[in-house]
Amino acid sequence: MKQKKIALIIGVALATTISGVIIASDHMDAPAVKNQTTDITDLYVFQGANTNNLVFVANTQGLLAPSATAAAAFDPNTLIQISIDNNGDNVEDLVIQAIYANGRMNFYGPVAPTATGLRSILEGPVTVSVPVTAYGAASPTTATSKSGIQVFAGPRDDPFFFDLNQFHAILAGKATGFNNPGSDTFAGTNVMSLVVEVPKVLLKSTGKINVWLTTRKKVS
Amino acid sequence: MKRKYLNKIILAAMILTVAFAACKKGNNPIPPIPIVYYDQADEAARPAINTVFIPASGKDSFNTTIPTQMPGLFGGDMKTSLLTLNPHYTTNLLGLTADQFIGVVSTDVLNASTTGVTSFYNGEQVLTGRNLSDDVIDVELTLVFGGPDGSANPGLTSDHVNANDKPFLPSFPYEASPW
Repeated sequence: MKQKKIALIIGVALATTISGVIIASDHMDAPAVKNQTTDITDLYVFQGANTNNLVFVANTQGLLAPSATAAAAFDPNTLIQISIDNNGDNVEDLVIQAIYANGRMNFYGPVAPTATGLRSILEGPVTVSVPVTAYGAASPTTATSKSGIQVFAGPRDDPFFFDLNQFHAILAGKATGFNNPGSDTFAGTNVMSLVVEVPKVLLKSTGKINVWLTTRKKVS
Repeated sequence: MKRKYLNKIILAAMILTVAFAACKKGNNPIPPIPIVYYDQADEAARPAINTVFIPASGKDSFNTTIPTQMPGLFGGDMKTSLLTLNPHYTTNLLGLTADQFIGVVSTDVLNASTTGVTSFYNGEQVLTGRNLSDDVIDVELTLVFGGPDGSANPGLTSDHVNANDKPFLPSFPYEASPW
């Protein structure tokens, strides 16, 4: 009964917040970016198969059905930026940037940005460039810089998993808890993904970093 | 004769014009390439922070706020959301009070270790990164609903989706091929 009451409270409280729209990790989280190339789904940061490296995964444009994935594309006017604080003040000391041009994804950094905050410029020169892997390609196309940074850009299966539909049912007061087993709302959907594997030494870290992912729209 | 004379004048004028143009071009520096700016549109770090804790009216502005300003601008709203989600919240599995928990999550950055095992939460490592396979939703549900030892509200602390729908790759680029 206690649980039911909590569920009802959640439903009332969040019905206005969520409005029944499919939003999840950061998928379609806010009106201004919904269905835009700027819409982030998730950020992952983990130790590579080579433990001397750290891997950054930056995913955008979520909930792509297979039938919609071939037409999905990176946007030459959307800069994707991984911001890295390596001294604990939550201000970026390094950025890794990626922007699409003519079938390729060009990566910049990791480099100290000219300015921190909401407005960026491309922090050239390009570190490494990779052709965007096409939907349906037999294998992913990758590239590696002289400094050992390995990159990928293209559609991948959305690695995020969550029974979002049941969560919505709980929020709406139509259910009191999750099902067991649950059902992955993101099963069978794709994202537009960047994967960047960086030698840890290039991050100039003393052991811990703070990372956030932003998308940035070209100012016209 | 008159016509020939006229032609000569025209020719001279043309030569002068070309010469003048060349001269002008040569004396002026190449115009600078305009700087292109990119303005922040979306932000994400720890999973589902904006989605779960930020009220509808603040979602766009949260996405265009730098991390250091998030606690001041959104901490109050986020605490309200937490206590609305779970009115019985006392502390969570990490021993954090509501204020302490919001103090951690309101600065939306993903903490990551550069010296060891990375995990969102695995019982030993807490917030040392985020693996593709980490069941971050169960962690967050447990921290919001599970109480001091994670056992409260058992119907709300796991969605019972514990893994991705496709196996990840053991090497770069790690993510599974698209459907």
